[in-house]
Amino acid sequence: MESAKYVSQKVSKARWRPVSSSFLQQPEIFATGSWDNEENKISIWSVGNYENSGLEDGFEGDPQLICENKHDGDVLGLQFLDQERIVTASSTGAVTIFRHHHNSQTISVSQQWVKAHHYPCDNAPCTAVVCSSPEIITVGEDGRIIVLRADQDCMAQVIENADSSTIHAVTYLRTTEILTVNSIGQIKLWDLRQQSNSASQILSLSGDRVPLYCIDRHPNQQHIVATGGQDGMLCMWDVRQGSMPSSLMEAHSAEMWEVHFHPTNPDHLFTCSEDGSLLHWETSSHSDMPSFLQGSRNSSVTSRSAMALAGGNQSLISAWLNGDSSKSRLETTHMLPSQTLSVNSLDVLGQCLVCGTDGEAIFINKQVPV
Amino acid sequence: MQNISGIRPGKRMGFAWGPGDILVYETQNKASGPTGSGCAFIHVVRKDEDIYSPILRKLFNESHHIFVGLQTIKDDLPSKSKKPQFVSISRNYRSVIRACMEELQQAVSILLAIELIWNLCEVLFIDAAPAGSLLLHLLDWVRLHKSDVDEKAKGVLQSDSPAEHRDYWDVVLSYVLQGRLEDTRKMLMKQAMLQPAAKSMYKLMDSLLSKMPFYNPGGTQTLTEFDVKWRNWHEEVDRYLKDNSFASNQHLEVICKILLGDEDVLLEHKELLSTWYYFLITRLLYCHPTVKPTELHYYAQSSMMMFLDSGVPEPLDSILLAAFEFDIHQVIKDCSIALNNWWFVAHLTDLLDHCKLLQSHNLHFGSNLREFLLLEYASGLFTHHSLWQCAVDYFDHCPEFGRVYLELQIERVPLDTERKALKVLRICEERQMSEQVRSICKIMAMRAVRNNRLGSALSWSIRAKDAAFATLISERFLQDYCAKGTFSDLDLIDNLGSTMLLSDRLTFLGKYREFHKLYGEKCFSDAAKLLLSLMTAKIAPQSFWMTLLTDALPLLEQKEVSPHLNIGLK
Repeated sequence: MESAKYVSQKVSKARWRPVSSSFLQQPEIFATGSWDNEENKISIWSVGNYENSGLEDGFEGDPQLICENKHDGDVLGLQFLDQERIVTASSTGAVTIFRHHHNSQTISVSQQWVKAHHYPCDNAPCTAVVCSSPEIITVGEDGRIIVLRADQDCMAQVIENADSSTIHAVTYLRTTEILTVNSIGQIKLWDLRQQSNSASQILSLSGDRVPLYCIDRHPNQQHIVATGGQDGMLCMWDVRQGSMPSSLMEAHSAEMWEVHFHPTNPDHLFTCSEDGSLLHWETSSHSDMPSFLQGSRNSSVTSRSAMALAGGNQSLISAWLNGDSSKSRLETTHMLPSQTLSVNSLDVLGQCLVCGTDGEAIFINKQVPV
Repeated sequence: MQNISGIRPGKRMGFAWGPGDILVYETQNKASGPTGSGCAFIHVVRKDEDIYSPILRKLFNESHHIFVGLQTIKDDLPSKSKKPQFVSISRNYRSVIRACMEELQQAVSILLAIELIWNLCEVLFIDAAPAGSLLLHLLDWVRLHKSDVDEKAKGVLQSDSPAEHRDYWDVVLSYVLQGRLEDTRKMLMKQAMLQPAAKSMYKLMDSLLSKMPFYNPGGTQTLTEFDVKWRNWHEEVDRYLKDNSFASNQHLEVICKILLGDEDVLLEHKELLSTWYYFLITRLLYCHPTVKPTELHYYAQSSMMMFLDSGVPEPLDSILLAAFEFDIHQVIKDCSIALNNWWFVAHLTDLLDHCKLLQSHNLHFGSNLREFLLLEYASGLFTHHSLWQCAVDYFDHCPEFGRVYLELQIERVPLDTERKALKVLRICEERQMSEQVRSICKIMAMRAVRNNRLGSALSWSIRAKDAAFATLISERFLQDYCAKGTFSDLDLIDNLGSTMLLSDRLTFLGKYREFHKLYGEKCFSDAAKLLLSLMTAKIAPQSFWMTLLTDALPLLEQKEVSPHLNIGLK
């Protein structure tokens, strides 16, 4: 059970600070970004383990605000670059690196690209940011993909007009390849080494071009990618196999804003949505019948993939790709106690989950069953 | 009245009303003479400062959550089983208020007043205790809001000799006034130890204090039985007073008189009581513990008159008096006037309405009191750059005018980013506000076209199912093609899929591009067939016919194609 901490600002992004070494260490620090305020903020919080006895079900003391800083524009993207630095994407089109000074417990702007994303005569919001230190990749409503390097002011690479519609999210596929999703329901694969202005591969769902808002790659099996979009459906894609999703699952009744595989336990997946719910998905494959004998929502794709691997190791066919079928069991649990306003963002690390809502509340659960 | 800083004195002002504020500006208008230099500033005067306070924002958000929960309580349950739920919701609201007070380190007097009034309303209206329990609840109410006794007691107990502390007797008397007789006895024991000569007197007082009956609502004793027992005890105390058992100790005699409910003695300790309602409860405790709810107003009025010298009640006093008189409408009316924010009256009235305590009180424009207050509150929220999302749920639960208000307000929300527009759209779509959906999509699509983001523009037209706009976008593409000779945004046109069917022009665009692809791949016969169907299907714009015919020319030279085309073109 989580309890809500009301923070007097609508939370658009929440991210755990990565834990440095041992697996057993639970994350304690997280950052949030606000939106729709006259003065937006980026804030850093701590959920240290206080000496409270008699607490059950993962309820810890309230998160404490450590420090915060003004942020120009809505925080539309937020990632930790390393233990000290955070990159944000702003609705003004700026990309900013903030530095958290541990000694003085303050946070300040360390580097900024002010008009990274823009239209010819106007600002264009920067919609998402991913990083793999020191490289930072941002995308925006202007359809640009920009590659930046921390500590270098010039832009390492700019793909102009990468998309004719808004790019809503980006994720790394491999160290030099990224995937983007856009308003016309396409996943595009970009090979950054090729310095070309067009995507290497385009995947999309046939039928309605439902805008996609989030994408995440499976931590171990790099060909598996999950997306969510306007219709609240969770789609699983196999990037190697053709251009269609391999399974579709009804998840939410409104836009899905974020999807995350658990980084160390990828049988678990988390999604959050405008409908005010946060779902925890758990898959387990427990049948030893070959997959091509089972039905699936998109049977033609499944059987194709099954044929290709029929002679090989069955376990390579991830349970995720089969979706909710008789071969794999898929369990979903609501993680929030009751309906709230939109859950805009979530992050999960170890056994800890944090999420932020439009009800100006942060929920934390430190005993997620993974 | 306040001076608006920044407006130069002596200047004429013009103004215009906004939804929650006023625009004020200096004007050049002068009856005669030369005009002075103009001022380039416009001032925005906000009347509702509260909603901009970060701590009160927590109040608004948390109470929004409670409000939505309340609306979903099913109506079909009998009201008896719902009462504990309503009481619990009332307590949730109050704990939110108290949490706010804790955060604002200095207790904001208005929040204190709000909590006091709400608590009393909960006791009298929602919990609606009958005689017997009523007094016990009122005692709890007073004790909750008079917590300085405990602080004083702490000071006394921590001193070296508590019984000699200068506040000692104040603490003892305060305990008696609040009916905390156990605490009184413990304190008196300390004094008793210092005065062994008066041991028997202290023992007598202790025994009287321990024997005072308190009504037990859960027990088997009826109210009448309790009343008899209480009267007997009262008479016993009276006897001991009359036979001067406490005459030698002035303090104990005062306590004895208080136990008998002597009003003059009570009034002598006004500073300890501090308010007329505390006086009222103490009076009831020691004169009439079986007071019925219907009798309260008489005691309340007389208590207030006896206690207040000046005779002019403050707004808070009138509100509490109205509550004791069970005049719910008067309470709400007075609170609306006294407080400058609708939060309190809106939520309290809504809760009371759910308890079916408000008769429908028609206002001149026909909606009932609850709805009126909720609309006022929500309209105020809507003017806030962030809290407008909370306001939507309030409008949803105003059956008569909520939808109209929402339709008018939602169009004013500024749409700076796509994400915000998507959220506003979702709100409109869920409520089938199709006009607003079209309007928002059109705004976003126009913006996209202006910035040459044709894919975004198309995505907005698809959302609104706006065929006309889709046609506009296709025309743009076709114009671009005519101008440059190539298509832009191939990733979009090549992957239109079923959205092609949204408008004829869009279908034409998709098919025309397909024609070019087939030609490029040298599938001339397929290309020719497609071109022919484009010409015969009549979905090509007139301006394009020339282009299509021109495209046909090189195909005519291809041997495999010419028979088909010859037949078609005829």
